[in-house]
Amino acid sequence: MKKAIISVKNLVAKYGDKIVLDGVSVDVYPQEITVILGGSGCGKTTLIKNILRLYEPYSGSVKIFGKEVTGMDEPEYDEILSKIGMLFQNGALLNSISIFDNISIPLEQHTNLSAQIIEKMIRVKLNLVNLGESASSFPSELSGGMKKRAALARAIALDPVILVCDEPSAGLDPLTSASLDELIKKLKKLLKMSILIVTHELASIHRIADRIIFIDDGKILFTGTLKEAKMSKVHEVETFFRVGKFD
Amino acid sequence: MKLKDKTLTLEGELTKFTVTASLREFSQFRNETIGKIDMKKVTFADSAGIAFLDEIYLSLGENSPALINMSNEIDNAFKTFSSLDIEKVVVKKTISIFEFIGNGFYKWRNSSKNAIYLLADIFYWSFVGIFNKKGQRKGSVVQQSLFIGVDAFGIIGLLSFILGLILALQSAAQLRQFGANIFVADLMAISMVTEMGPILTAIILAGRSGSSIASEIATMKVTEEIDALKMMAINPIRYVVVPKFHAITICIPLLVTASTIIGIFGGLIVAVTYLDLSAIAYFNRVIDVLTLKDVLVGLGKSYFFAWVIVIIGSYYGFNVKGGAEGVGKVTTQSVVASIFWVIILDAINSLIFYFKV
Repeated sequence: MKKAIISVKNLVAKYGDKIVLDGVSVDVYPQEITVILGGSGCGKTTLIKNILRLYEPYSGSVKIFGKEVTGMDEPEYDEILSKIGMLFQNGALLNSISIFDNISIPLEQHTNLSAQIIEKMIRVKLNLVNLGESASSFPSELSGGMKKRAALARAIALDPVILVCDEPSAGLDPLTSASLDELIKKLKKLLKMSILIVTHELASIHRIADRIIFIDDGKILFTGTLKEAKMSKVHEVETFFRVGKFD
Repeated sequence: MKLKDKTLTLEGELTKFTVTASLREFSQFRNETIGKIDMKKVTFADSAGIAFLDEIYLSLGENSPALINMSNEIDNAFKTFSSLDIEKVVVKKTISIFEFIGNGFYKWRNSSKNAIYLLADIFYWSFVGIFNKKGQRKGSVVQQSLFIGVDAFGIIGLLSFILGLILALQSAAQLRQFGANIFVADLMAISMVTEMGPILTAIILAGRSGSSIASEIATMKVTEEIDALKMMAINPIRYVVVPKFHAITICIPLLVTASTIIGIFGGLIVAVTYLDLSAIAYFNRVIDVLTLKDVLVGLGKSYFFAWVIVIIGSYYGFNVKGGAEGVGKVTTQSVVASIFWVIILDAINSLIFYFKV
């Protein structure tokens, strides 16, 4: 059996007194695309933000690359973060600098690569997301879909071992969404990436998912492969794969 | 990395962790003739590794070597991450001096036009808003009055008191030499009522309320809240600016009056403790020396200061560009511009009363 690259055990997350994640345990395996599914407000984004320590978990354990990250020292955790790329729901590009500079940030901060190599890597990443000609544009000059693609280019700038995407297809047209899925699959294969994705798009799930984690009301309802998910007898999972909507 | 029979053999992984060393190692072969690059022993290449291969290619100029014995995996990575076929995007940004001057004039004309439209809109909707509250949130004037007036009272009061103390103290030493102690009351009354009270209040309001108006509107603009109001057929000036305009119009005379009285009290402390005046003599002198004109001039100009603060805050807020950085920029600009225009208006007011009255 494969060893999990991310392992979450009994994670509890709270907003004030409200429990958002109630004893969640999940594993993400290397070189797989794991999709987190669930209705609005069920705790999907909270789960990934707790895994990545953007929110501090109330209790429980989160291991990344086999190391417990809750309570880990900042320098040690920064080392782990340099191997993780994150695509935020709204892109989260820095508005005051150009797209080129946005992508150069992780490369300049976490490597000692020469300026020429960095420049080549940025151009390639922008080309991969079809934004080759927008390098000098500022985020405010791009459309929503373009911002998301630019944000993906920044997330993969360092060829991360783990890529986390929060609703990558949201707000994109079907063609762009499909090409983004193809790119994610390609990156997984070429760079041996482990990818964790939050998405609702059934078509996208069918295209890319290796493994499904289904959350409902802060609890895990189902974990398994896509094939197992399609045959699941869990009412909510079965309804989602039958009609493409949450019950 | 080895070079034998014009064949450069690369080994191991080509990744972001290894390419800097590999580039350094390669520099010794830069002047050699390289016909082939043997990739047989390369086990993995990420995008940095492929960028390294591109760099070798480019550095060898026209005598680019052939890549041989590439595994399918490396070949796919090369096809995906090579930048050799991607054209460099050249951005032309230089403009001539005439273009520069023309652009500057055009921008100045547009911004002046926008400012005048905004000024007219604010005055019009503020006047209409007195009689017709449609398009405004219930209780927004009270809420804004609390923020602009009540919340600012403490800092304005404290600074006015300290300013009164300083003014009296600075002049006391001079007045004492001539036995003109009682004139400290004249100085405090005239300066606080006609100048220091209104200007101090306006500067604090520019820093406190002006920045808040600019940043609130700018944030609403960048988060598309202003567009959302427009889509709901709500006039953003009526909804956002008019309550602030009404609130500052109500609060400014009260704040200026409070600032003036507290400043005069600051002067009283020095008059009693340092100049041996009685409190009654001080206040009698203050009342004697002040005319209705002084009070009206002080209060009258404070209205102009207040309106300038709201108009400038709104102008910069509505004209924000970019995101978080843009909000910060317009907030700073609005405070600087507000203080500048408050002082200019004060100077104009002083000149008018110096020559005409």
